[in-house]
Amino acid sequence: MSEPSGLSRRSALMKLGILINGGIAAILAVPIVGYLLSPLRGKAGQGFDAWVSLGPLAQFPEGQTRLSKFQNPSVSPSDGQTAEIPCWVRRVTGQTFQVFAINCAHLGCPVRWFAQSGLFMCPCHGGVYYADGSRASGPPERGLFQYPYRVDGDQLVIHAGELPTLAADAAAGRRKPCVG
Amino acid sequence: MRWLESIGLWLDQRLHLSGLIREATTQHRVPRSSASWWYVFGSAALTVFILQVITGILLALLYVPSAAEAWNSLQTLNHTVTLGWFVRALHGWGSNFMIALVLIHMVQVFLFGAHKYPREFSWVLGVCLLLMTLGMAFTGQVLRFDQDAYWGLGIGASIMGRVPILGGWLVNLMLGGPIIGGNTLSRFFALHVFVIPGILIALVSLHVLMVFTLGINEWPMPGRLVRRATYLKEYEELTKSDGVPFVPDAIWKDLIFAGCILLAVALCAILLGPFGPSGQPDPTIIQTVPKPDFFFLWLYALLSLLPPQLETPVLLIAPVIGIGVLLLLPFLSGEGEKSWKRRPIAVLTVLLAAVTLGTFTKLASYTPWSPKMNAWSGLPVPEQCLKQRSPLERQGALVFQEKQCRNCHALGGTGGERGPALDAVATRLTEDQLIRQVLQGRGNMPAYGKNLSPAEVTALVAFLATLHPSGQRPARDASLAAQ
Repeated sequence: MSEPSGLSRRSALMKLGILINGGIAAILAVPIVGYLLSPLRGKAGQGFDAWVSLGPLAQFPEGQTRLSKFQNPSVSPSDGQTAEIPCWVRRVTGQTFQVFAINCAHLGCPVRWFAQSGLFMCPCHGGVYYADGSRASGPPERGLFQYPYRVDGDQLVIHAGELPTLAADAAAGRRKPCVG
Repeated sequence: MRWLESIGLWLDQRLHLSGLIREATTQHRVPRSSASWWYVFGSAALTVFILQVITGILLALLYVPSAAEAWNSLQTLNHTVTLGWFVRALHGWGSNFMIALVLIHMVQVFLFGAHKYPREFSWVLGVCLLLMTLGMAFTGQVLRFDQDAYWGLGIGASIMGRVPILGGWLVNLMLGGPIIGGNTLSRFFALHVFVIPGILIALVSLHVLMVFTLGINEWPMPGRLVRRATYLKEYEELTKSDGVPFVPDAIWKDLIFAGCILLAVALCAILLGPFGPSGQPDPTIIQTVPKPDFFFLWLYALLSLLPPQLETPVLLIAPVIGIGVLLLLPFLSGEGEKSWKRRPIAVLTVLLAAVTLGTFTKLASYTPWSPKMNAWSGLPVPEQCLKQRSPLERQGALVFQEKQCRNCHALGGTGGERGPALDAVATRLTEDQLIRQVLQGRGNMPAYGKNLSPAEVTALVAFLATLHPSGQRPARDASLAAQ
């Protein structure tokens, strides 16, 4: 206490201690932040999205829109029922399809198909779409999201794995030709 | 009792707490005017928070935070475990009471000018506490992992997805992956049980500590202005000249009110039971009408009523402005008049906010903007609309039902409210206008041109043309009448 030089040496040592702890904290922060941001790495294309089958073409009569479902490609045991994702399949003619996401383009609620009036209606905020997925009325700014599809033998296969949102759709547009 | 006293003395020699406790209780003097029934909401909110922590721990004993198991574990709590339903109900009702109390406390503080100098930071902490409380409400709603929770997450993700550039990342961070699943529930569990409560406990401690260090706001008197230079001295003099010890003179009201609130929570829990869970969190069950919990209903209504092009800007910018204004408030009006009697703009702001939130909440309770999904198959056409009608007109009534017109249009007071009620549509539109409206749609109405045959249109319009009160003539084309 009485020696100013000792005080400055001790305070320098204290600063060194703080520095060491800060340095180690900064080093530890790298893996911790990496761990926290791990959900983002799926974006780089680690197989969260894949081609999944909706079943044989015969399930989808021409000119009709049917509810279908598929297993999410990146499934984990704790997903339970949430691993099964529904979608609407419209077979326009022959090999031409439209596969609509169940999620309303407004805020993601499940849209329902009304065959008689040829409309998709959303129960949440009142979005309505025509049979081809284009916006008919209500708050959505755009038509229904669509999954890219292809016909593989007698199977209808779609490219899926991401919750359809405006951001996901924009990202999909950057990755591959956009059909939405 | 002597041995109890000696144990207490032994402990206090080591803990040195009795001095602190005395300082904060019997020796802590507060203005006599602040020992008021108006000053009990904060402590009641704290009491309910403690109830939430206790009931939350009790629920965590049995709740399984896995998307595959959560719903089943809630069913077990509700139906199998002894009094599991009651603990769930206490936690659910406690949550509602806590939000209500925090809001009432905030309004009271604002109207009594308690956010002004030197208590600005108490207000800032309070705003953070409000946000954390709402965060607890939203994450708690997700932990009740049912259909509403699943689709509520989808709505949250859709809102995140609208953020420019970072949207995709935010969605992934929120969901713990590219889609709603096991990871999503796990991270909401971590938020609800560790992260947010941790922050809440830390902020509540600071908030309460500041009540003791800065003293309780004196009863605001019109004309007694807050000035930075003199306030602290005036407050000290007030507690000396007209002060009372916080314990027991002020705290007895807090205790009695908090007790009544706990009783009310318990009564609600016993009489009204736990919240949900509703249907299983199975996305393939699409026959569902997702709805948020009570305190987010206003947001649900707002999202339905905003014009589409305004929605993203409002969703992303309004919260920033709103929270910013709340945080800056004590710095913008840190001095001056405290009494609400001399702050008409403050009173009007509170009233406007209350009326707005109340109106939106009320609207969201019957969702006039949503089509009634089962109206077309569940509600018959009113009898008076079919009496003495021609076969063509009755055929039109059939088309009206079958094409789900009823989902959006009411007849005889029943049906959807998305579009206008059609009981008197023939007085507003001529037959030509009806045909045009049906085929091409307009405003919020989709075009039905592709989905109706010419015969169906003829029948439908014939039916619609009969819909006018018996005393009123149907609409006529004035240009034709003039010829």
